[in-house]
Amino acid sequence: MSGKTWRAVKRNKSLYFMLIPGILFYVIFKYGPMVGLIAAFKEYQPFLGFFGSPWVGFKHFQRLFGSGSFLRIMKNTLVISGLNLFFYFPVPVIIALLLNEVRVNWFKRLVQTVIYIPHFLSWVVVVGICYSLFTTDGGIINNFIMNVFRRDAVDFMGAEAWLRPMVVFQNIWKESGWGTIIFLAALAGVDIEMYEAAKLDGASRFQQIWYITLPAIKATVITMLIIRMGSIMEAGFDQMFLMQNATNRQVSQIIDTYVYQMGMKNGQLSFATAVGLFKSAIGLVLVLVSDRFAKKIGEEGIL
Amino acid sequence: MKAKKTSGEKIFETAVYIILGIMLILVLFPLMYVVAGSLTSAKELAANRFVIFPKEPTLDVYKYILKTKTFPRSMFISVCITVAGTFVNLVMTCLTAYPLSKRNLPGRSFFMLGVTITLVFSGGMIPTYLVVNGIGLVDTYGALIIPVAINSFNLILVKNFFQEIPESLIEAAKIDGSSEINTLAKIVLPLSKPALATFTMFYAVTHWNRFLEPLLYLNDSKKWTVQVLLRQIVMLSSSGGDDEASMPGFVLPVLSLKLAVVVVSSLPLIAAYPFMQKYFDKGVMAGSVKG
Repeated sequence: MSGKTWRAVKRNKSLYFMLIPGILFYVIFKYGPMVGLIAAFKEYQPFLGFFGSPWVGFKHFQRLFGSGSFLRIMKNTLVISGLNLFFYFPVPVIIALLLNEVRVNWFKRLVQTVIYIPHFLSWVVVVGICYSLFTTDGGIINNFIMNVFRRDAVDFMGAEAWLRPMVVFQNIWKESGWGTIIFLAALAGVDIEMYEAAKLDGASRFQQIWYITLPAIKATVITMLIIRMGSIMEAGFDQMFLMQNATNRQVSQIIDTYVYQMGMKNGQLSFATAVGLFKSAIGLVLVLVSDRFAKKIGEEGIL
Repeated sequence: MKAKKTSGEKIFETAVYIILGIMLILVLFPLMYVVAGSLTSAKELAANRFVIFPKEPTLDVYKYILKTKTFPRSMFISVCITVAGTFVNLVMTCLTAYPLSKRNLPGRSFFMLGVTITLVFSGGMIPTYLVVNGIGLVDTYGALIIPVAINSFNLILVKNFFQEIPESLIEAAKIDGSSEINTLAKIVLPLSKPALATFTMFYAVTHWNRFLEPLLYLNDSKKWTVQVLLRQIVMLSSSGGDDEASMPGFVLPVLSLKLAVVVVSSLPLIAAYPFMQKYFDKGVMAGSVKG
């Protein structure tokens, strides 16, 4: 270290002192678990300790890729995130475009106030509300189906076939309102005079949306889309764990819930670590690729 | 100067209001149903199956859940964790962000790289559990506060915010002999009030809604936070759940009872909502990922 740097370090001694708690936090709780990932290559036994446990190489990965459930769980994860991406993603964009057309201020504020609320509710609350609406055990939706349509009750919360629609529906209900914020912010930057000028030129409302509003949010839409693509391995632990039950496990088991079940319930810590490592590694590649892609097409990256 | 609207324009506007009105109802209906249902007596629910507004609202289930041991206890635990956890979040985030906001601090880019890596890669659930367990935090409330003391996104955003503060203000304080920690407390933090309010909000909501960590780290059901207890009451009691031990004190929860616990456990958020609202625009800042 050169004398100059050393003097700078000494001069900033108090700043380094302030960093100590933060460094400890990162080393212990962020980098510690990364070191802990070597458990994926060991047969971790609590009584032997972390370093005393024997190495087993790729045994856990072989077991994972060889098991019949691997493909199913991988598929469940990707299908759930894929469906969420496909059905959820356009909704906040559309709501933002609609809100942008509202000229009555109190109505706009009212809609915004209300549709942001669900974002702040926990997944337990959202799934709980959904459960009480849709349960076959006196839920209002099934009461309606039985008494008005004279049909049999539908097991929305238990049946395999209904899991994916319900998950996507919950996601749209909870997050699409809040999701508009970032698009509305982009729209707030549009010069009102552009609309005035377009109006004078005889542009219809649709033309104004097409030529002024949409280009204004294009960059934000693309960036958000890329971010979502990068996190496609995250199907949402809380929600899926809460939606899971004995009858729908075939379709509701995703990587995260599988890790929890194998590690915390079945006590196969090393195997569960291997599954988690597999997920983190794919996730890392996806984020880096989407970031590179974003920069390549001239958008802001995410890193 | 009001331009005349063409008929096409009128149809367009009407459609916009109708669609947004429908969305308003779709969001509000479940919320209203929960509140109304929690006020409906079991008798009325049995007699009339489409109760949206109960004829004779009753607070019976509320009285019941407040008399149980488990629910008020978990509410109290959640409030304490949220307050203490948010405090720790803010102290740790500001304390770490401030040195990192100094552009000429040797080693700064190394530390920033260390933070950024954690945004894209993590050890995951089980290794984190092993660390938390290894240092003896399992079954302590510390497990819900210390391992989540800093959120890297928030750290980067706070750091960026500190960077925007004019250097001249900080230099002036230094000339007056103010120490770094003093400068942070007396000059930087007061200038960052709106940003700090926003992060306080996000940290607090995250603490209140936290589900995975208490599920992982708290085995003792007496220590459960409200979200974990809520899951027990609302979902497990009748969905054939097979996991945790059943909660004593909640025999046969009826629909109203479940709805009432949903309401009470969301009350702190709803009560704070009007105060949080003015920070939503700044929430854009926190919502945008770019650091």
